[in-house]
Amino acid sequence: MSHKTTIAAVYESLEHVMDPEIPVLSVIDLGMITGVELEAGAVHVKMIPTFAACPAVSYIRNNIKITLEKELGIAVSVEVDKEVHWQSNRMTAAAKEKLKNFGIAPPQILAGEVSSEILLEIPCPHCGSKETYLRSPFGSTLCRAIHFCKACGQVFEQFKPLE
Amino acid sequence: MINQAAIKDLIIKMADDELIQGHRNSEWTGLGPVMEEDIAFSSMAQDKIGHAWALYRILHEDLGGEDPDKFAFLRPEKEYKSAHLVEMPNGTYDFSLMRHFLFDQAETIRYESMQESSFEPLRLLSKKVKGELKYHTLHANAWVMQLSKAGEESYGRMQQALNNTIALAAGLFEASPEHEAALIEDKVYPGEAELYRRWLDRIYPVLVKASLNLPAITAIKPVYGGRQGVHTIHLQPLLKEMSEVFNLDAEAGW
Repeated sequence: MSHKTTIAAVYESLEHVMDPEIPVLSVIDLGMITGVELEAGAVHVKMIPTFAACPAVSYIRNNIKITLEKELGIAVSVEVDKEVHWQSNRMTAAAKEKLKNFGIAPPQILAGEVSSEILLEIPCPHCGSKETYLRSPFGSTLCRAIHFCKACGQVFEQFKPLE
Repeated sequence: MINQAAIKDLIIKMADDELIQGHRNSEWTGLGPVMEEDIAFSSMAQDKIGHAWALYRILHEDLGGEDPDKFAFLRPEKEYKSAHLVEMPNGTYDFSLMRHFLFDQAETIRYESMQESSFEPLRLLSKKVKGELKYHTLHANAWVMQLSKAGEESYGRMQQALNNTIALAAGLFEASPEHEAALIEDKVYPGEAELYRRWLDRIYPVLVKASLNLPAITAIKPVYGGRQGVHTIHLQPLLKEMSEVFNLDAEAGW
């Protein structure tokens, strides 16, 4: 199999590696992959965590290795890329749609720095209303904030924008 | 060639502040006054300890230092360089919030200044940490402003908390007599005196919005000592508790 492995095949396989905290999103959807290199008989993947203290990093790293080795039949090494840091703008449009359907409000596109204003009037993922307010910039995981929707009376989470 | 001993000294004090403040934040887990606050301090604990870990890893990978876990948990007290501010017990919520405000604004200033650092690992890390700290300062600013406008008792307690904490917080900017000149000359960072000035400029507008009075700058006598390994009586018990599990078997794989 290994002689047929292409960069495209590696990326396709990476779409099967899901985030353990948001299982509808793959590492590709989240923009966590920063590079793929093919060497003789081996694949080298570079990835970045969303937040520095993300406890799932080694778990995801291992999942990438196991999934790719199984699907491509080739040795895989995974390294955390220190040159690039994760920003919420790395998330794909398709990922944001999936996130919304999963019940989590996606991060808005960031034009500059995060400010308190950007956390206001986040559209509710349940009813779409913008009559919402921020309850806390911290949520059930490091990457989420908690909001409340006045229109449908429900608490919801948002994937935080990150510079 | 950048002075390595000076960089190590700087990174150890930054990392130790993050680790000890992270541990203090975690002490609110399960005890926060409302659930969102419990979650906030728990999340900030996780962030701080993650930032400490990233800094210890720079020491380990780029500067020939020890394994990050062992370095974090197995040093004798006098080898820690944490400032007295982060060592203080959580006490009441007004103190915890005021410390959180003053500390996170100081961290923000520090990491912002390192966006231009000549030491690449620190420059790369500071870009990431700076973005994450935004949420810490948003949280701190919001509560300082809300509680200062929540009635006479609340206002009085926030002002008292500021009065009690400002000198401790100023102690974050204790320069190393041995290494400071080299760090500034090598453009690793602009130096503690400059960061202290920028920090005062940053906290002042928030305090004004909260109608809190910053004590006269000349009256602030920074509480130094932590950077030289001279600590409060509160650090040793914290270290003992923090490293209790690790010390059961320091060689265990987790």
